Amino acid sequence: MKPRQQRMLAVGLAVAGVAVAAALTLRAFEDNMMFFVEISDVIAGEYPSERNFRIGGLVVADSVERQDGSLDLHFRVTDMRCELDVVYSGVLPDLFREGQGVVAHGRMGDNDVFVADKILAKHDENYMAPEVAESLGKHVQDQTASLGARTVECEA
Amino acid sequence: MIPEIGQFALILALILAVCQGVLPLIGAHRNDAALMSVARTATFGQLFFVAISFACLTIAFLNDDFSVLYVANHSQLALPTPYKVSAVWSAHEGSLLMWILILAGWTAAVAKFSSGVPDRLIARVIGVLGLLSVGFLLFALLTSNPFDRLVPAAMDGADLNPLLQDPGLAIHPPLLYIGYVGFSVAFAFAIAAMISGDLDQNWARWTRPWTVVAWAFLTMGIALGSWWAYYELGWGGWWFWDPVENASFMPWLMGTALIHSLAVTERRGLFKSWTLLLAISAFSLSLLGTFLVRSGIIVSVHAFATDPTRGFFILAFLAIVVIGALVLYAWRAPGLDSAAGFSALSRETFLLLNNVLLVVATTLVLLGTLAPLIVEMLNGGKISIGPPWFEIAFLIPMIPLVLLLGVGMHTAWRQQNVGPWMKLLKFPAIAALLIGVILPLLFYGRVSLMLIVGCFAAAWIVITSLIQPVRSWRRKEGATAITRSALGMSIAHLGMGLFVIGVTIVSAFGVESDRAMRVGETLDVAGLEFELRDVRQVQGPNFTAIEGVVEIRRDGEFVANVRPQKRQYLVQKNWMTEAGIHPTWNKDLFVALGDQLGDGAWSVRIQYKPMIRFIWIGAFVMALGGFIAISGRRSRRTDK
Repeated sequence: MKPRQQRMLAVGLAVAGVAVAAALTLRAFEDNMMFFVEISDVIAGEYPSERNFRIGGLVVADSVERQDGSLDLHFRVTDMRCELDVVYSGVLPDLFREGQGVVAHGRMGDNDVFVADKILAKHDENYMAPEVAESLGKHVQDQTASLGARTVECEA
Repeated sequence: MIPEIGQFALILALILAVCQGVLPLIGAHRNDAALMSVARTATFGQLFFVAISFACLTIAFLNDDFSVLYVANHSQLALPTPYKVSAVWSAHEGSLLMWILILAGWTAAVAKFSSGVPDRLIARVIGVLGLLSVGFLLFALLTSNPFDRLVPAAMDGADLNPLLQDPGLAIHPPLLYIGYVGFSVAFAFAIAAMISGDLDQNWARWTRPWTVVAWAFLTMGIALGSWWAYYELGWGGWWFWDPVENASFMPWLMGTALIHSLAVTERRGLFKSWTLLLAISAFSLSLLGTFLVRSGIIVSVHAFATDPTRGFFILAFLAIVVIGALVLYAWRAPGLDSAAGFSALSRETFLLLNNVLLVVATTLVLLGTLAPLIVEMLNGGKISIGPPWFEIAFLIPMIPLVLLLGVGMHTAWRQQNVGPWMKLLKFPAIAALLIGVILPLLFYGRVSLMLIVGCFAAAWIVITSLIQPVRSWRRKEGATAITRSALGMSIAHLGMGLFVIGVTIVSAFGVESDRAMRVGETLDVAGLEFELRDVRQVQGPNFTAIEGVVEIRRDGEFVANVRPQKRQYLVQKNWMTEAGIHPTWNKDLFVALGDQLGDGAWSVRIQYKPMIRFIWIGAFVMALGGFIAISGRRSRRTDK
């Protein structure tokens, strides 16, 4: 083969390869794409109902309850404006604690309870997922701006 | 005093790096031997001062000098001494200094072990490496100085993150960095060739060993990281398709493509511009990886405290390197390719396919890694891409890659006749197919399509990579022995086969079970009995721990005791899971202790991981193959 042909062949194969792979994976992409939804939006009902999504915020102090001897766990997560009930069954990551940041994967179950299938751990206790930090920061600002005039829009 | 010496040495290193980056390039341009000879001197000088600086930081750690901010943040009086040393590269500033040290080390190695290489080429290579070093030294001095003082000094340090207090993680970053940074040598050779507009087969012969060594270190570094994540993060996965993992994996994929393409350039003088492009890409992806890890713009489970201004610096640096290299490439590369041809059935074709598939794989991983960023920039919300996507996407190029690998190894350069080729490969193909079906059925009692594909691929690679070494071993007197480079190739491919076995079996037959357990209770998992005998307090050097004692039995017969721990480190106070693992060559039994559930019960995660060791063993065999391939080179060169 001549160099020109070689190059054409290489480019052709690469383009074809990427195209095929992209086409095949596009569907898988859609299924595996998980949105981050702020707690307030979840409470307002603005979440994908037919698929998994991520939530994040702070674990509300004194909200963690579990049945003795069982892996089932119930806690609440707040974005500093609204609180969401979360249930999870399984082993918790080491850095899960009340008052600490948390990210959970899962979907909405009945009675407005978020059923988590995965609770994410971080390597570093000072690290907070950027989207969680942003979500918290926004509401802290809102609160400071309208001090005392806190709305009850969470009880949707 | 010592930190100031370190700081001062770093500034001197910067000045020498500027000399090393500028003068030899001018010298090579004017063909001025005096200027070019600056290259080697400046290189050794730079290495000397960077080493002093690194030593000063290490001493500051060993002396518990908490007047240095970096030491105060990442060490503590009671920290065991080995971890005081590894704490040097436990965070951004120190790992950047280590990166600089390794770059200086690679450059010095290039300066020392390149006696046969023309002066002008080597002057340019060293010059380009010097310019890279200037970039990183500026980065360190301007944004991330490890010697910044803390006034007033702390009484005690904030301690090293307990996750990092582990032998695996002490040596993982150095290996990884030797690999990452090593690709800068291939990059520098590529830039040097493009500046001179002269790229022959010798160029590939000189570039290839450096690239292979860097690749072998990167392989080991990644494998070690994966192993560490497996036992230290506590939850038994070995690869999470996390952005930080992908950041190290993309340069590896590109580097793998590069060493194969270099083989073609060396043997046949082909694929020249392609090789250059791969060399640029491999190093650029290393830089991109650093950017992703350090900037924190992508959500990662591995993300440590990060800083956006540093991210911006690396991004700017990355932009200069990539754009500069690509402009040079666009200008110079078209004139380089030679007109030699090859037939459709030849090793060249298979190596071309190898390259295409690896580039496709890299592109897919890159796409998945950057997708959250791109979607957010397009205002599509905050998304994340889960591992299932990567698993599917990655398999698409990987299955043909591993299948073609066995064929390509036994295909001649230029042109292969179909007859002997079919004759040679017929038996291995049949054998591999039989093994692919029988192996899982016999040992694990079931088959599925993916399992057959995986086991077939693994058997196919293992058998085909053993053909050449076995023949050479059984050869008659006087027949030609296998060359080191062919042996190295066979072994590296064998490692790939072992890796595929591990991945296939563990994903098909691994068992994972989260349970609640009381002392004295026995659980059946994967045909084994796990009894929680005791839960007690134990004391470590800088932690206290709750330790479970779990006895594992098979049909009532004792197999092993494992002792999973939950540690609480005294300074940082956070809890850490240390899994109890009983490893054997063909399976791991893994128990991790979770929380106290009340009522005397504990949450435990019990896992049965068949063949998981093969994943890491395979990777180390791959790296070993790389080193063997290179070991023959120097002796062959001196034979001439």
